[in-house]
Amino acid sequence: MLLVIWTVVSLVTFLLDIVPGGPAAAVLGESATQEQIEDFNKRYGLDRPAFFFSYDGDKGLIWNGIDNRYADYWIGVLHGDLGKSFKTDRPVRDMIFERYPATIELAVAAMLVAIGIALPLGVLSGARKNSVIDNFASVFALLGISLPTFVIGPFLVYFFAVRLGWFSPTGSYYPEDIVLPAVTLGAALSAILTRMIRSSVIEELGEDYVRTARAKGVSERKVLFKHVLKNGLIPVVTILGLQLGVLLAGAIITERIFNWQGLGLLLLEDGINKRDYRLVQGCVLVISVTYIVANALTDLVYRKLDPRIRLS
Amino acid sequence: MSRLAYIGIAIAAIFILAAVFAPWIATYDVALQNLGPGMRYASPSAEHWFGTDGLGRDVFSRVVFGARISLEVGISVVVVSALFGTIIGAIAGFYGGFVDKFLSGYVFNVFLAFPGLLLAIALVAFLGAGRGKLIAALCVIGWVGYARVMRGQVLKVREYDYVLAARALGAGNLRILFTHILPNAIQPLIVQASLGMAGAVLSEASLSFLGLGIPPPAPSWGTMIEEARQFFATYPHVLFFPGGAIALTVLAFNFIGDGLREYLDPKQRAR
Repeated sequence: MLLVIWTVVSLVTFLLDIVPGGPAAAVLGESATQEQIEDFNKRYGLDRPAFFFSYDGDKGLIWNGIDNRYADYWIGVLHGDLGKSFKTDRPVRDMIFERYPATIELAVAAMLVAIGIALPLGVLSGARKNSVIDNFASVFALLGISLPTFVIGPFLVYFFAVRLGWFSPTGSYYPEDIVLPAVTLGAALSAILTRMIRSSVIEELGEDYVRTARAKGVSERKVLFKHVLKNGLIPVVTILGLQLGVLLAGAIITERIFNWQGLGLLLLEDGINKRDYRLVQGCVLVISVTYIVANALTDLVYRKLDPRIRLS
Repeated sequence: MSRLAYIGIAIAAIFILAAVFAPWIATYDVALQNLGPGMRYASPSAEHWFGTDGLGRDVFSRVVFGARISLEVGISVVVVSALFGTIIGAIAGFYGGFVDKFLSGYVFNVFLAFPGLLLAIALVAFLGAGRGKLIAALCVIGWVGYARVMRGQVLKVREYDYVLAARALGAGNLRILFTHILPNAIQPLIVQASLGMAGAVLSEASLSFLGLGIPPPAPSWGTMIEEARQFFATYPHVLFFPGGAIALTVLAFNFIGDGLREYLDPKQRAR
């Protein structure tokens, strides 16, 4: 996990170097003078070399020592400092952690919505293949997967906020205002999970151990919940872990639709649209690290669920 | 194959035909603005089948050309990432040991550590928008899904008795991989590819919706939805048609994937 985090931090550091024309020119605009650009670079440490060594056509490899931006960023990260915003001069860390709870709240709510819908629907439709409930689940799952967040969102706003007036159309003024964003964000996940759980249950029901259990006279309910579900949920757990990342990234779109003041909106409106690259670096880093930690936890659960898997 | 799969193929065929023959199908120039009286947000009519948008542009023509953008991005992403992912996944699963530890324990995790959309957003934010960069970013993230599926299947299948039997008979690594393991792994890969196609179409639309994908005035479905979103309550048709196009395309590839899975898997077909 630490190795992955190291790689992610390194990649994020180098993102600044792929800005065409350099960050200073992009932030200050075309009218910036050479002096302003130099001033900007000096203020944010961008006049320093990018890495421990650099390559010069004439001189070959040059050793820059510890005095470089890569080391700067690392030293900052290890001290909990993500640098200062190019636009507001505020510490990026403070800007991010003001918004972080709102996004986590939204992602967790969305996941709960998804599991709450998918688990009963998936198990029932898998156990009763081709029944009415199975067909309903199939249609629901296909709609959920096919309809993008930015189509579901405006529809929900239109019916439940504009027409029925149950929730605020955008923003978060009352506790219940999380419902529409959570359903919007969780819809696709619930659809994916329903399909996964269904096909998993169907596959496991065809295994030999199920036939053995049935032959021994184990009740159908016990077969389903004790045997099938325990094995069938293993791939589902993996998907759930992977999907958390999709939720965190998808939250950007949902936050945009509902004007939900989370990390995604910060990344999009304050970071990307205003070309505040330092803030973008910070947001990408924080979202990725959150995801890595969640993924590691998923792996633990995965191992716990299936001792047959030799992860090494 | 199931009826739904044929419906999926039919819908996909319509969109593919629309994409290929877009210049002949579209009734108006996609960029042609008409700000005359009653021409902005005009309702669907004989003249404008899907109505017009906020700049008086013909929505039908824009949806038709949008198919071209979506399918181009989707097919490119699926082909490149499936090829690359399958090879890497097979190597990881088949050789195991240090190779697997490095690939699945490190490389996969690094790529999975960036949620697909976030990496695309990050790359576009720093690199600037554009079709080629968008496709590259989606491939960079897309291949890992195939690699994971392939590795999982190889790990499962290589322990089966018939593989051990083949090995005992003297079959080489490549022979076992191609004649015994790959045919067993192909089904989940096809499902993954159908989902991948749907995912790529969605990702392109999402990025365009955020203003980070194919830049306007190109008629990407996502861009059209973003432009229509504010006025959805008053002029639903402007959001409805591109939204429907995305949903139908994604639905079609899901139908095809499902149908193929059931067709290819005798276990599921028999029951």
